[in-house]
Amino acid sequence: MTTAESSERSVPKPVFTDAEAGAKEFPDSGPSARRYNYFKPAKRKQTHYEDVTVEVQPDPRHYLTQGWIYGFADGSNGYPLTWTKLKAWGVDDPEPVRGPGSGGKPVQNWPAHGWHEFRDPNEEWELTMYRYNANVVRQVTQNVENARTTKAFEQWTPNWTRFVERNVGAWMHIEHILGLYVFAASNRSGPTNMHNTAMAVNSEHKIRFAQDLALYNLTLTEEIEGFDGTAHLEAWNSDAEWQGVRKVTEALTAVNDDWGEMIFATNIIFEPLLGELFRSRLVMQAAAGNGDYVTPTVVGSGEYDYAQRDLRWSQACFGPLTQDREFAEHNKTLMNGWLQNWVPQCLEAARQLQPLWSQPDAKPPRFEDSLDQAKSRFSGILTDLGLETPKELSQ
Amino acid sequence: MSRQSLAKAHQKIQELSWEPQYHEPYMKYGTDYTFTKAAKKDPLKQVLRSYFPMQEEKDNRVYGASDGAIRGNMFRQVQERWLEWQKLFLSIIPLPEISAARSMPMLFQAVPNPELHNGQAIQMIDEVRHSTIQQNLKRLYMNNYIDPAGFNNTLRNFHSDYCGTIGRQFAEGFITGDAITAASIYLTIVAETAFTNTLFVAMPAEAAANGDYLLPTVFHSVQSDESRHISNGYATLLMALSDEDNRQLLERDLRYAWWNNHRVVDAAIGTFIEYGTKDRRKDRESYAEMWRRWIYDDYYRAYLLPLEKYGLVIPHDLIEESWNQIWNKGYVHEVAQFFATGWLANYWRIDGMTDEDFEWFEYKYPGWYDRYGKWWENYNRLSRPNGHHAIVAEDVDYVYPHRCWTCMVPCLVREDMVVDKVDGQWRTYCHEACRWTDAVAFRPTYQGRDTPNMGKLVGHREWETLYHGWNWADVISDMGFVRDDGKTLTAQPHLDLDPKKMWTLDHMRRMPHVASPNVILNEMSDSEREAFVADYNAQGPAGRPAGAKS
Repeated sequence: MTTAESSERSVPKPVFTDAEAGAKEFPDSGPSARRYNYFKPAKRKQTHYEDVTVEVQPDPRHYLTQGWIYGFADGSNGYPLTWTKLKAWGVDDPEPVRGPGSGGKPVQNWPAHGWHEFRDPNEEWELTMYRYNANVVRQVTQNVENARTTKAFEQWTPNWTRFVERNVGAWMHIEHILGLYVFAASNRSGPTNMHNTAMAVNSEHKIRFAQDLALYNLTLTEEIEGFDGTAHLEAWNSDAEWQGVRKVTEALTAVNDDWGEMIFATNIIFEPLLGELFRSRLVMQAAAGNGDYVTPTVVGSGEYDYAQRDLRWSQACFGPLTQDREFAEHNKTLMNGWLQNWVPQCLEAARQLQPLWSQPDAKPPRFEDSLDQAKSRFSGILTDLGLETPKELSQ
Repeated sequence: MSRQSLAKAHQKIQELSWEPQYHEPYMKYGTDYTFTKAAKKDPLKQVLRSYFPMQEEKDNRVYGASDGAIRGNMFRQVQERWLEWQKLFLSIIPLPEISAARSMPMLFQAVPNPELHNGQAIQMIDEVRHSTIQQNLKRLYMNNYIDPAGFNNTLRNFHSDYCGTIGRQFAEGFITGDAITAASIYLTIVAETAFTNTLFVAMPAEAAANGDYLLPTVFHSVQSDESRHISNGYATLLMALSDEDNRQLLERDLRYAWWNNHRVVDAAIGTFIEYGTKDRRKDRESYAEMWRRWIYDDYYRAYLLPLEKYGLVIPHDLIEESWNQIWNKGYVHEVAQFFATGWLANYWRIDGMTDEDFEWFEYKYPGWYDRYGKWWENYNRLSRPNGHHAIVAEDVDYVYPHRCWTCMVPCLVREDMVVDKVDGQWRTYCHEACRWTDAVAFRPTYQGRDTPNMGKLVGHREWETLYHGWNWADVISDMGFVRDDGKTLTAQPHLDLDPKKMWTLDHMRRMPHVASPNVILNEMSDSEREAFVADYNAQGPAGRPAGAKS
């Protein structure tokens, strides 16, 4: 037996370099040098979330010594702090003036303005957002799949089937529009990376929930004889009950050049007065009585997104602004103006939804009781933010 | 994913497409392109129900590998020469990534096709992934690599050092100015479709050859997302091509985007791959060979050329000139030499080249030694403090270059440098294409046509000008590139961590002051400036003074 002679393959050779931490002692070799040292953490110890988000979006008031290098045609550049009328302390202070021989002028007293104090209490970054949303879609898929295999949809009354195909179906459009044209649209506008990342994550929740509802609708089309998978389009486009909500939803996307108003009006006003009113106080209350234990699990996942995560970051964003050491009154006046504008629109849209409460065979709590609960919840959110309940709420 | 087929699910979610009935969305970002609504399908065909678990699985693999790298003592085999350059790369790249996320809503408004918005939203989410996963990789290096200095303050350093701002074009260019120019042509059509091949495929391969398998783990995972983004760009490009009025702008933007990407990406990635590696096997590809394969063949010939039949005017001349710059004019070598000349203004350590490196360069780039060998020998000779200055202040036959006002890489191929008075200021440009970008393309009119949405090139575009007249020790202190003993520089021109061999502020204090070439240029009379240009054009290669023996 002979062995064919083979030439040595050309591959990189492993080399022992001993380049691991602690191998030598020299300036900066100690453990204290092994942390990001260019920002001040919100608490004593910097978090993993802060490490991967803070300062990624630079600020000429800090280290951006050569300034922004591309500008829009109107002369604005970077992330202008004027893209909302809200103000955080320090924003009116001038930027360091740099030029020939000026040096970098790094700002020593940091943060230079209040926007940089914001941290997302959900501490969202890529690892958390995929884990969270993957868990949600797995759970929703399993719930629906289980219902399908156990023929759970056969227990639905015809009226409830119509209710779900039209009304739960119509809601998917709202989530989609808010996800894309409010939250994703605003992720270019915020003053810091922490704001913009929180908006992007909020956007993911909305778009995912919209698709969850659409795919649930598809399953129902396949499982329930006579379920009209296109009825949601007709309801959304034509049903009188839905036109008020549609009008407000579209108005939220049309807010004139102010990401702050867009997010405030959506997460602080629209969601408790219309979103939770429909999802929690109608669909999730009415479903069980009409033989449906599945829809609340799908809708509940979206509700959890808002109630436990999206509202939370919004409160952390807007709450400190009402107590801002420099602009508290300015911000409160502004937010009160937004409340005066948006609360009546939302209440009017809510009342247009009222006929939906009569459609199921097994009735949910009365519309007025549901609306009162929504108003009460809304008042609580405003109190937490340091704002007073607007008189328009009593309309 | 449920039993519903992806195609069916994707078809269903198209029912979500929105046609406004009561209010149109606020249009914040403008474009001079015109689009007519056309039935263009979402090219990504991605449904979040399958997307999130898929990304989670990819994450699990990445983080599993990270854990394995630490348990397996990967850093005992990592080449310091390589990882030092990652201090620059990983300080730059999270910003372009997050900027790409920010650019997506600009497209929602500019491209009136709701079906495309789904793919753009997915891209936004991907980009948040890329930025934060890269910040996390850098954090891991900082915690486990022998020298954390430079990793631990990258997001301060990147914004103040003398070459970081060059990389910032690869971020701000995505999010500012005309929405289509920025978010579609510059970002997706050129940066992602062409240059991520060298960024995220070629460079990780080199990392692996240098004992670092975490960079490939993270960046190949990132690249698997990029391939989807390419589809986004293609769909928008086809929509733009369907309107004749857009072709003039497409021609302009492709020229700008191509040339700027070449100037910026080839400068950085070329340097990392050629001068950051210890792998000198003769049969491993050089950057020029990789470029020819990934960019010239795969992008130019396979992707761009077929679009000519749809009316796209392709900048053949600039593509050939880019190759000419890399192959004949030593662009990457000139850049690496410049980065090493100013090692003291950086925040990473730059290893000198050895005889083995010389041999490899000569094999891959015949004539390299005659051009660059002597200078690198001087670099080694001057690398330990021994009564002399840092190389930038020593006579080594190197003329400190002028910055290109457009791409901010200096004018290193001396014969190509051009000068123009733009916006009342005399500016130097590394090439006519960069002069055109500033003086012609980024203007409110283009070839007689109003382009009111086109962006502007702004800011303090030459680092040297900020420190004109400063002592080097003060410059370095101002930038914060000093280690925790308060005197040793973060940067060093060698890899020896013996404190006695490391440069300190005291060594810097004795050096001549920094002088801004642009300030000096603007102080010249017309005749002095003409003489300066003639002399500059006669310089090189390797930055040699005019008339010096090459």
